[in-house]
Amino acid sequence: MSPVFDGKLVIALGERDGVAGPAIAACAKAAGGEVVFSATECFV
Amino acid sequence: MSQPVVSHAAQVLAHVPGLARHGSKPSRELPRKTEVLEQFLGSLRGFDEAVAYLPHQAYIGAIHPRELPARPWVGAGPSASRFTAGGEIMPEEEFLGVLACLDQFGLVTLDREVADLAAAALVRHPLAKQLDLDRLGAAAGDAGAVAAEHGSLPLHIDRDRLAAGFRRAHDSDDALAAAVLLENLACKATGTLALLHLVEDHGIDPDSIDYVISCSEDAIGDRYQRGGGNMAKAIAEAAGLGQASGADVKNFCAAPVPALVVAGALVASGVFRNVAVVGGGSLPKLGMKFQGHLKNGLPVLEDVVGGSAALVTTDDGVSPVVRLDGVGRHRVRAGSSNPQIMEALGVEPLEQLGLSMLDVDDYATELHNPEITEPQGSGNVPERNYKTLAALAARRGDIAREAIPEFMAERGMPGFAPTQGHLASALCYLPHAVRRLTSGDANRVHMIAKGSLFLGRMTQASDGMSVLLERNQGSPVL
Repeated sequence: MSPVFDGKLVIALGERDGVAGPAIAACAKAAGGEVVFSATECFV
Repeated sequence: MSQPVVSHAAQVLAHVPGLARHGSKPSRELPRKTEVLEQFLGSLRGFDEAVAYLPHQAYIGAIHPRELPARPWVGAGPSASRFTAGGEIMPEEEFLGVLACLDQFGLVTLDREVADLAAAALVRHPLAKQLDLDRLGAAAGDAGAVAAEHGSLPLHIDRDRLAAGFRRAHDSDDALAAAVLLENLACKATGTLALLHLVEDHGIDPDSIDYVISCSEDAIGDRYQRGGGNMAKAIAEAAGLGQASGADVKNFCAAPVPALVVAGALVASGVFRNVAVVGGGSLPKLGMKFQGHLKNGLPVLEDVVGGSAALVTTDDGVSPVVRLDGVGRHRVRAGSSNPQIMEALGVEPLEQLGLSMLDVDDYATELHNPEITEPQGSGNVPERNYKTLAALAARRGDIAREAIPEFMAERGMPGFAPTQGHLASALCYLPHAVRRLTSGDANRVHMIAKGSLFLGRMTQASDGMSVLLERNQGSPVL
């Protein structure tokens, strides 16, 4: 994956019915980002 | 092994606009801005409006969700009855009376006029004989003085009329604070009402029920064991089930399905003959999306707490069978995206039984009312689930891609449940499922529930469970 997040800090907020926080975090990390917080929330 | 069946189900709503301000979101937001409080109070619905609201009529079983007209549903309903055979919508003054009747610790002090109002209404209620109405007199007093005590909460009716004071049960234990106990007592009261309707409306001997499983969301306990329980036995006692014991099954919104499966397993194994599954309402979720409602000129739509009860019993040759060999579970390694969860819950158990997705007539997933969720940007939850299920059916080759809308319309349904978490998660469909699988023409209903475990910050995972209900071979489609 292209390192588009190189040098970036990432806060990954997932949504229960969409994409979960850990999945976003994994993508961000693979793109060079440093994940400082990851969580999934439920809005119902 | 006897195959377990679901013989009856009951569902209730308590219309509590006065308690809506004690929902988690309003209780944090309203004290900050007087103008928002005024707008909130001015946007609360009256009882007749709440009864006529068609999703509420669907919830208490008066109409099937697929019979709901196109939205908007707000303001669209004709006048309707508050009672069905197996449920009701209860007005707030009666519900405050029920809270007082079920309070064993002097938590509720009703304003004297409100106590008289509640007594006069409840004495005419079909369940009056099952309620200890003498407690109403004992609970009457100076509500204003109690509400002014340190740690107490004021409760209101008619939007802003003081109706009761609600005391804390301990000076320094946050688990026994007034707000927590109000949540728990409201949960107990709605669960009890649903269980009483189950027993009374269907002529079930209360002493025949051996065990009660609560799938309610609220956490009962003190500071040494927050969430320790046991709501089930409290509800069993309150409903007069003298021979029953009980315990709670907790799994966030997914709890109803594991509760049904555990109940079915207890019956199938012969441990118990009759097990009631009960879910009381969730007061913290009142007014959860009120900001979106006010912004869009809607009334505060989250103004009801729900309750649900069902009886799981031995095979009577008629009632829908709980297929214990058709249980889907979300494994730790299954992945947490919605398609992965739906595959685990909606597809795998059918494959195990050699069924296609077209062998299921109704999929009961999370059936939150989209008229409540969309104005706050939370989307249409059931529609998302049905899209995923239909896409999985297309991927399996059960349907053509072009047939996805038809699959969604015929085997799905509009969301009709209030945003009461666990009650909206398949459980709300149980009265309809029993009807469809007995007097209706359905052969299978798939109950699918998901739970947001990550909210408790102990895992990033979610969970879910599904169970297949099937027409009893002794009850063929006519």
